[in-house]
Amino acid sequence: MDKKVSDIINKYNGDRGQLVSILQDIQSEYYYLPKQALIQVSETMAMPASRVYDVATFFRAFSLEPRGKHLINVCLGTACHVRGAIRVLETIERSLSIKRGETTKDRKFTLETVNCMGCCAVGPAAKVDGEYFGHMSTDKVDSLLTKFE
Amino acid sequence: MPDKLRSKQDLEALQKELINAREPGKPLIAVCNGTACHPYGCAQIIEAFKQELSKQGLEKKAELRITGCHGLCEKGPIAVIQPGDIFYQQIKLEDVPEIISETINKGNIIDRLLHTDPITGNKVIHRNEVPFYRKQNRNILGNNTEINPIKIEDYISTGGYTALAKALFEMAPEQIIEEIKRSGLRGRGGAGFPTGIKWESCRHAPGDIKYVIVNADEGDPGAYANEGLLSGNPHSVLEGLIIGAYAIGAHQGYVYVRNEYPLALANITIALNQAQQLGLLGDNILGSGFDFNVRINRGGGAFVCGESTALMASLEGKVGEPRAKYVHTVEKGLWDRPSDLNNVETWSNVPLIINKGADWYRTLGTDGSKGTKIFSLVGKINNTGLVEVPMGITLREIIYDIGGGIREGKKFKAVQTGGPSGGCLPESLLDLPVDFDELTKAGSMMGSGGMIVMDETTCMVDIAKYFLTFLEEESCGKCVPCREGVKRMRQILDDITEGKGTEEDIDLLERLSATLIDSSLCALGSTAPNPVLTTIRYFKDEYEAHIKEKRCPAGVCKALIHYYIIEEKCPGCGLCVKACPQEAITFMGKKKPVILDESKCIKCGACYDACKLGAVGKE
Repeated sequence: MDKKVSDIINKYNGDRGQLVSILQDIQSEYYYLPKQALIQVSETMAMPASRVYDVATFFRAFSLEPRGKHLINVCLGTACHVRGAIRVLETIERSLSIKRGETTKDRKFTLETVNCMGCCAVGPAAKVDGEYFGHMSTDKVDSLLTKFE
Repeated sequence: MPDKLRSKQDLEALQKELINAREPGKPLIAVCNGTACHPYGCAQIIEAFKQELSKQGLEKKAELRITGCHGLCEKGPIAVIQPGDIFYQQIKLEDVPEIISETINKGNIIDRLLHTDPITGNKVIHRNEVPFYRKQNRNILGNNTEINPIKIEDYISTGGYTALAKALFEMAPEQIIEEIKRSGLRGRGGAGFPTGIKWESCRHAPGDIKYVIVNADEGDPGAYANEGLLSGNPHSVLEGLIIGAYAIGAHQGYVYVRNEYPLALANITIALNQAQQLGLLGDNILGSGFDFNVRINRGGGAFVCGESTALMASLEGKVGEPRAKYVHTVEKGLWDRPSDLNNVETWSNVPLIINKGADWYRTLGTDGSKGTKIFSLVGKINNTGLVEVPMGITLREIIYDIGGGIREGKKFKAVQTGGPSGGCLPESLLDLPVDFDELTKAGSMMGSGGMIVMDETTCMVDIAKYFLTFLEEESCGKCVPCREGVKRMRQILDDITEGKGTEEDIDLLERLSATLIDSSLCALGSTAPNPVLTTIRYFKDEYEAHIKEKRCPAGVCKALIHYYIIEEKCPGCGLCVKACPQEAITFMGKKKPVILDESKCIKCGACYDACKLGAVGKE
């Protein structure tokens, strides 16, 4: 039994209606959803493991694979799209030699996309480890990645 | 934190005390701490203001107020200074000491921080003279600049929770519902269902246990109107929710917030705790005998969870799949009990209507759509930001008078409202009044408040493909028309943008659309064709250029464009050579134009971005 997971479940009194929030908290702790944690949630909350798995794979925010040290989120909301977000994303993909949703071999970076972060004014926008970067362009990618090397 | 409030009189006394504690004329700096200002470094600016005030010994003589979104995100970081309503924009760290020593201390205005009216070219001092704000009607968003969202005292001192007290002590639940019905308030989530009728149906539905829900799962990509409201004025949403709960007869409420909005989530959580501590939530609210509790649930990044039945499934800890609505959620919703779900903005309208009355509310807007609407005005527009306008204003007024027109002097092409469920409207419809019915008639919809402006460099076929790609990923997969139909439509659009389209494709897209509209389980599927149908209706020439001429007029679709060097503009600086990941550009010596080898080019556009002289062409 992982105490961190038990603490999270207890924080919500094991309420099944809070499953998404519980999984969010576990993911904040481990940066992904470890298999053992999902089994623990299922056993403690008396829910079939299939249902926990169902929810964990339905929502795009959850990852069942370990993530890298730094999480890059490139916004692909409409406002960012019309300002060229795809080109920024493709440049990051090329620089890191990974596709969206993947993690670099050295586990330094995970690249994900998000549909709007609420800062359309500075689009194209990206977020690395919670820090926002606005007015992104292909020629700013290198310096962004170097910052987190 | 003040003591727990046990009666209406306690609330009134606290409000009086807070107002009396104000020092009129005391200098005030209201700095925007909205999400969109964060990439500009507003957190450091706020810290600098704190330090500078104490350094200059003014922490007691001037007040620093950390507020929610001010709206004109384009020009952030923003601060408004009182007295004088002085509007400063694009503040840098090094400006802070001067703002304190000159403006706060001596009342002098710093010219370089003022807004310039793009039409007259004159500097504007006062906030209400800034063209962006002039045509707005910020009934709801206006308070964002007056309060610190994490201080309940600020909300109460500006009249907060007086509508709740009025509702609890002076109005019967039926009377409240009648007032909301009469106000003409329609659901701000997008569909525009009359709120009062929804409340009434839920109140009359059989059952003792009922629920009220705030839908803050703003999944429309490119809309942050709910975010700005929930993070900037969370108590207004909460107050509306408590009034609604009392009118409907619910004792448990939920706020379902998108997890991608950390600031909104934090601020509504704080607001909830404060309201509980003050006795505005919990048992026997203000001594009225009414009990009501609220819980916050976080989303997991699924667009479909904005749909009411999917959201309720998610609240039950299940996957967010919608169900057929033969039985409405107001009769059987969450846990099969009568449930009323409204959007953040809808709830926020409620205290206003209760305080000022339905008659006042009805003076704003059009026959069918009353009040104001918040839009996130984004895309290729000069003044990106959150705007609140009276219903009935034209698209042209929003885009040109408030938004300041198109960026970089480019030509307007389309405006998209309603997100993936809405449509793209062309220049010929710019004089369309913005209300629920007019937008629907034109093939679009109001939506939750996204308004994305597109210029000549936006390809309309690509936009249709963008939305269908989004919807294909977000389709829950429960019903076949949506799961398969959206996918097939996206594939056809892929073909068209890759130069593989045929003349029958447009007809096929229209037939698939008809099937989706008729047979999808929920609105995600039945509105999915809107971006395709409106772009075919208004921009058919672009589809035809892709299909017949294998050409992308906007220069967006990769398979149909190529990059080239404009020799007479190229000084051979080599910036593009460095930027090219494929080594497709060869340096030929200084002052000699570079050479681009098209066989190596992957059309990434890096050279196009790197060149500051416009020597890289694209067609």
